[in-house]
Amino acid sequence: MTWDLGPEDNGDDSLGMAASFRPVTGGAAAYFEQAQAGVIRSLVSQIAELVSADSTAAEVEESGTGGDGLEAQLGLSHHAEPPDDPVLARLLPNGYTDDPEASAEFRRYTEESLRTTKVAAAQTVLASLPSAGGDVRLSEMECQQWLRALNDVRLALSVRLGITDENEDLSEHLAADDPRSAYVWVYQWLAYLQDSLIEALS
Amino acid sequence: MGVAPVEVEQPMTGQETALDAPWVTVVWNDPVNLMTYVTYVFQKVFGYPKPKAEKLMLDVHHRGKAVVSSGTREAMERDAETLHGYGLWATVSHDS
Repeated sequence: MTWDLGPEDNGDDSLGMAASFRPVTGGAAAYFEQAQAGVIRSLVSQIAELVSADSTAAEVEESGTGGDGLEAQLGLSHHAEPPDDPVLARLLPNGYTDDPEASAEFRRYTEESLRTTKVAAAQTVLASLPSAGGDVRLSEMECQQWLRALNDVRLALSVRLGITDENEDLSEHLAADDPRSAYVWVYQWLAYLQDSLIEALS
Repeated sequence: MGVAPVEVEQPMTGQETALDAPWVTVVWNDPVNLMTYVTYVFQKVFGYPKPKAEKLMLDVHHRGKAVVSSGTREAMERDAETLHGYGLWATVSHDS
């Protein structure tokens, strides 16, 4: 999977004015430029695709086998191992550190609903943020979903960018000519945005 | 949140809690989750007052991990799943 900032990306300048949330009655509001909306929508969509792609429900639908249908209907996952993709493994982590058997069982019973939770958060963002940007006003419930979705994007970016030290100066994290360096900027911008949303809610 | 109904009716003293609730939910530090976000999630998920949520967040931050709830194994698995839903890395373990 590659991170695609989308056709709206014109470099840092188009994202230059950092959008931030402000408290309003019953929730929070923010103004997004079209480029900013494009970046968020693109990244959030990619999370939703990644998380739903190899879910048990999707596999059953694809293979058309009846045998696993009940499992999917019951919300069980037939995944026992952590996902191979490190991003997915971070989004759907193990439930036990010292007990592989318990971890597999935990995954079987929780992974499907966790995937559903994450896709729902992504869908809330996509439904409330117009691709053209503009004023976005969120209810408290939508704010919760935005927080989850923005956090998932940041988690995914951190894995792809290899961010492992919270004290590191990220401006020097990658070489200037590294094609991923634009994402470091996006990662930091999304942290700022997420923080402003928490601040607006408190 | 995270306490099974059967436990709510039990009189809880510190000692009994330790005996009756051998399972814990542990949250691990990571370089991504914002300190403000982790505090917010602890308040939201467990209903902890802000000072307690902040103290737990700082424990996670400085010590690498912290026990955020204790109870039955089932309740701890629910807590871990809920925390995973917020993107925190939580695991269940025996408080031995």
